[in-house]
Amino acid sequence: MHILLSLSVFSGFALLVGIGLAFASRYFHVEGDPLADKIDALLPQTQCGQCGYPGCRPYANAVAALEVDVNHCVPGGERTMLQIADMMGVEPKAIEAEETAPVVAFIREDECIGCTLCIKACPVDCIIGAPKQYHTIITDHCTGCTLCLEPCPVDCIDMLEVPETLEKWAWPVPGTERAKVGVERKHQHEGIDV
Amino acid sequence: MTEFALILLSAVLVNNYVLTKFLGICPFLGVSGKVETAIGMSFAVMFVMTLASTASWLIQQLILVPLDMVYMQTVFFILIIAGLVQFVEMVMHKTSPVLYQGLGIFLPLITTNCAVLGVAILNVQQDYSFFASVLYGFGAAVGFAIVLVLFSGLRERIEGAPIPEVFKGSPITLITAGMMALAFMGFAGLVKV
Amino acid sequence: MFNLLHTIKHALHLTPQSHAFRGGVHLSEFKRTATKASEQCPMPRVLMYPVKQHIGQACEPLVKVGDRVLRGQKIGKSQGYVSVPIHASTSGIVTKIENHIIPHPSGMGLPTIFVEPDGLDEVDESLIPLPNYRSLSPVELRERVRIAGIAGLGGAVFPTFIKLLKDKLHSIETVILNGIECEPWLTNDHQLMLEKSHQIITGLDIVMHMVGAQSAIVAIEDNTMDAAFVMQNAVEDMKLSQVIKVEVLPTIYPQGGEKQLIQALTGKEVPAGRLPIHIGVLSTNVGTAKAIHDAVCLGEAMTERLVTVSGDALPSPKNMFVRFGTPVCFVLEQCGLDSCDDVNIIHGGPMMGEILRPTDIPVVKASNGLLAMKKATVMASHHEEEPCIRCGDCSDACPAGLMPNLLAMHCKEEQFERAENYQLFDCIECGACSYVCPSHIPLVHYFRFGKGQVAKIRREKVFAEESRQRSESRDLRLRKEQEEKEEKRRIAQEKKEARAAALAAQAAAATDVADEALTETVSEKPAPTPKAES
Repeated sequence: MHILLSLSVFSGFALLVGIGLAFASRYFHVEGDPLADKIDALLPQTQCGQCGYPGCRPYANAVAALEVDVNHCVPGGERTMLQIADMMGVEPKAIEAEETAPVVAFIREDECIGCTLCIKACPVDCIIGAPKQYHTIITDHCTGCTLCLEPCPVDCIDMLEVPETLEKWAWPVPGTERAKVGVERKHQHEGIDV
Repeated sequence: MTEFALILLSAVLVNNYVLTKFLGICPFLGVSGKVETAIGMSFAVMFVMTLASTASWLIQQLILVPLDMVYMQTVFFILIIAGLVQFVEMVMHKTSPVLYQGLGIFLPLITTNCAVLGVAILNVQQDYSFFASVLYGFGAAVGFAIVLVLFSGLRERIEGAPIPEVFKGSPITLITAGMMALAFMGFAGLVKV
Repeated sequence: MFNLLHTIKHALHLTPQSHAFRGGVHLSEFKRTATKASEQCPMPRVLMYPVKQHIGQACEPLVKVGDRVLRGQKIGKSQGYVSVPIHASTSGIVTKIENHIIPHPSGMGLPTIFVEPDGLDEVDESLIPLPNYRSLSPVELRERVRIAGIAGLGGAVFPTFIKLLKDKLHSIETVILNGIECEPWLTNDHQLMLEKSHQIITGLDIVMHMVGAQSAIVAIEDNTMDAAFVMQNAVEDMKLSQVIKVEVLPTIYPQGGEKQLIQALTGKEVPAGRLPIHIGVLSTNVGTAKAIHDAVCLGEAMTERLVTVSGDALPSPKNMFVRFGTPVCFVLEQCGLDSCDDVNIIHGGPMMGEILRPTDIPVVKASNGLLAMKKATVMASHHEEEPCIRCGDCSDACPAGLMPNLLAMHCKEEQFERAENYQLFDCIECGACSYVCPSHIPLVHYFRFGKGQVAKIRREKVFAEESRQRSESRDLRLRKEQEEKEEKRRIAQEKKEARAAALAAQAAAATDVADEALTETVSEKPAPTPKAES
């Protein structure tokens, strides 16, 4: 008899806790995925599609949903990968593609036939032009995604390295042996082979 | 009043849950990688521990003892702790998604955190009054928080230190924890009663 | 905790509590040129004016190749707010405008205007002298200071007119005239005070008038007592001793730093990330004060400055008034340097200056010193970096109260967020930490590296945000176009269907009437059958 009493008291108590939690879950319901926003904010927003997703936001959604690894953003480089891994609390993974110098697209205007195909391809709307007119690229807004190369029928778009300017110049890391050791150690900590 | 002060001091420093009683080692080693995460974890544990010790005292005195069901103690306590942890998880998911992600598995694991259950059971065993048991739970949580944050600070610095290859990673972490425990033993003679 | 340690140390007299700001180091002075009267540097064969000689936006050249320019003529138009124009420093012909190296650690260049002097040194007299500055409004005077191209001559070359704002929100109570030359070797400010004390005090008076300050302090270190006497005399001569005080401070590096000097004089600390104006103080260098005097009272644009040309490789070091644009090698030749082969040339002081590689670089507004040091001397002071032994000397020496060892560790490991948490941007790059470090860690270099990287990361963040917005608005546009297209298609489809239905109804009516003649006419004009969807 006593065992029935204790069982019923326990079940009743558990039920109470359950109801309480049900109300709490309704009150603290989370709309959307705030984590995807945070990841999206870390991405370089080149919209290049090198990760296999049609832009940065879809990739952020996929990473937040743990559908894909953190190491697919090529233009973001190692730093972005580490930040995302850090935020997600997962092991960092080396990026397979090699890091390249930042580039911007440039149209050789005398060869351009004014087909507007590249304008349609540009994910950040930074190519200006009209049908049968020369097109040109607003260099300051170009993310260097290379998506305009493919559709160009006359191959008149070049990717040029961004020249270093005095404003963007930054001090290099000191050239001492210890400084190099420091960078190596950092990579070891993060489990990345250099 | 002296009694309450002593309970608090004892729970925070002298009988520190992590470094003297060796309870709650799992989150102590698991989430001490970064100071920010450690602080978040500390607050979560503080909340759960204080409420758990409050609730467990109430259950013990109002349900278990009158109904002569003290043998159900552990089950009841785990139930209330699990409920609280679920609640904290929801609040955290809503208010701080990054911290939620950073704590990862360790957040639900507070449920089975021996420090939390330990506080509830020790409270009952020591026959504390209601206020004393709340204070004891809070003190234990503060002790946990202090140790966790200090340790995460140490680990952040260790990250940049030139450690011999064999000691890298877990070994140096455990050695540091051991040295911290040694240091906390120094509090043993803090109060003479 | 750290303050406690400091207090204990001071109680035990372990570190001298003679100055009011934290840290600092005592340096050997090497002031070889301290007693040398200033000379005028002769005219070089060519003068070079980089389009940017201040902090802020670069200027746009106003002259073309072949134009004749006069001394004090504006040749570069300022762009944007944080910018001041540049002026020719003698009369001559513009020979070319092309990229040329400037005194900058990057070794990169800027568009530079080359002028060949004609030896006449004709002066452009478009700026009218305003000797009765007290009757003029601060706005008018501020515009004059801007037009004259004045930027802070202490080394930071921040456009001066920006600071000289009479702001209702932050009223300035005290103006500090910075006569402290804490860098070793340099003596140009000291010499300027000895020779041009009246002009400097007038400049200070103009500044006080402009910002409405009630008092001013002339700060001088006790290793230049003669300057303190001269300045005191000048103040008394001009009957300003009621408002201007001359204060002598014990010598310590880096007391000449703006924030350190303010703390030493007023006891108030400029909060992190704020400016002196926020605590009601404005500080200006003695050279700048003299330039303000020249611009207002004499109507002269800033075209030259006093430069200390010194160093152990020079037979006859001098303090010289050098026109902006004069090549560095020409200046050094005047002091007896024959060849630059075994010599390292430092632009600025030895603590904060930079080594210049090539020597056909022009003297600019920031050039307070040119030091030619024997390569052997520089090599002897250069050591390979050794591991940090955590002695804490750098923390004791840091005038900003930072922990340089931890900062450097985080910069080295590229943990820039943590470095920022340790207040990387409060570092004034004075070099005191690197100077005291027993392990010869190039701490300041690490901080400069860290600051550059953080700036780069911030720039990338801004760019990413812009790109995100552009991409989102493009998506929105495409979706709208798509919807419009579908809407149009739907309407067209509906119209077609309606027409088809009407025709069908007509046809049905026609068959109902069942008149053969009618069907004939219909077959003549075949009903347009609804086309397949285009």
